[in-house]
Amino acid sequence: MRIILGIVFALLSNFAIAQSVEMADQFRSEGKIYVVIAVIGTLLVGFFIYLIVIDKKLSKLEKKLKEREH
Amino acid sequence: MNFLNQNWWKWLSIGVLFYVLIAGLIGPVPRLAILNETIRVLYFHVPMWFGMIIILTASMVYAIKFLSADDPKLDHLSVELANVGVLFGVLGILTGMLWANYTWGAPWSNDPQQNAAAIGLLIYFAYFILRGSLQDEQQRARISAIYNIFAYAALIPLLFILPRLTDSLHPGSGGNPGFNAYDLDSNLRFVFYPAVVGWTLLGCWITSIRYRMRRIKETLEE
Repeated sequence: MRIILGIVFALLSNFAIAQSVEMADQFRSEGKIYVVIAVIGTLLVGFFIYLIVIDKKLSKLEKKLKEREH
Repeated sequence: MNFLNQNWWKWLSIGVLFYVLIAGLIGPVPRLAILNETIRVLYFHVPMWFGMIIILTASMVYAIKFLSADDPKLDHLSVELANVGVLFGVLGILTGMLWANYTWGAPWSNDPQQNAAAIGLLIYFAYFILRGSLQDEQQRARISAIYNIFAYAALIPLLFILPRLTDSLHPGSGGNPGFNAYDLDSNLRFVFYPAVVGWTLLGCWITSIRYRMRRIKETLEE
């Protein structure tokens, strides 16, 4: 029983330390370079979504054009 | 070869943006506290706003041209420019919020420049709602062209005058937002100005595709 409790407490305290130290530091580490990467990623996602929407519109137009030709 | 001649600016856009990506990520930048490496966001977030202003200026110019020449082509060009300008603005806000989360501590801090940019975008959203709500083509084109001019006239003080009256959190501001913080370093200029050109050309490219699609749509509906 003691051993189990000991293990649980050890795990909990480990977890607590890990929690207090590892504060979502990923993006703040290495001079916040990940923020720059996320910004570039956001731009790419934004432009790609926009292009996909345009592409879909164009497909509709092409469909209409085909219907007209028949 | 013809493609290369006519569309040299598209190739320029691709080339310049690759230069911006590489030089922007590995080039030398000043070491500033809090900003850290995020100073490189200057090459990606700020050109969105510069690009937006250039594109919306073109949109306004075509709106005036439409009113004087009454050619529907000019109206279509004006709308598509506004469309892409708003895309740039939305991306500018999103990337700005992401960046602000790690430098100002929150995505939205009611910074005067942030609020003004959001209001400016809302004015342009209303432009599209206005267009959507008018049935008659002639009327829609004319009224929205006039609204476009007023929207632009509201946008300029929102972006360039009001934030200067108070202190913005933006780097380089306090007095005159702009390049005060970067004036020290000309390295930034070598990438920043090409970045503005590259992103704006990309916007023009997307605009030209949207414009050509609109022309096809119009001829189909005739």
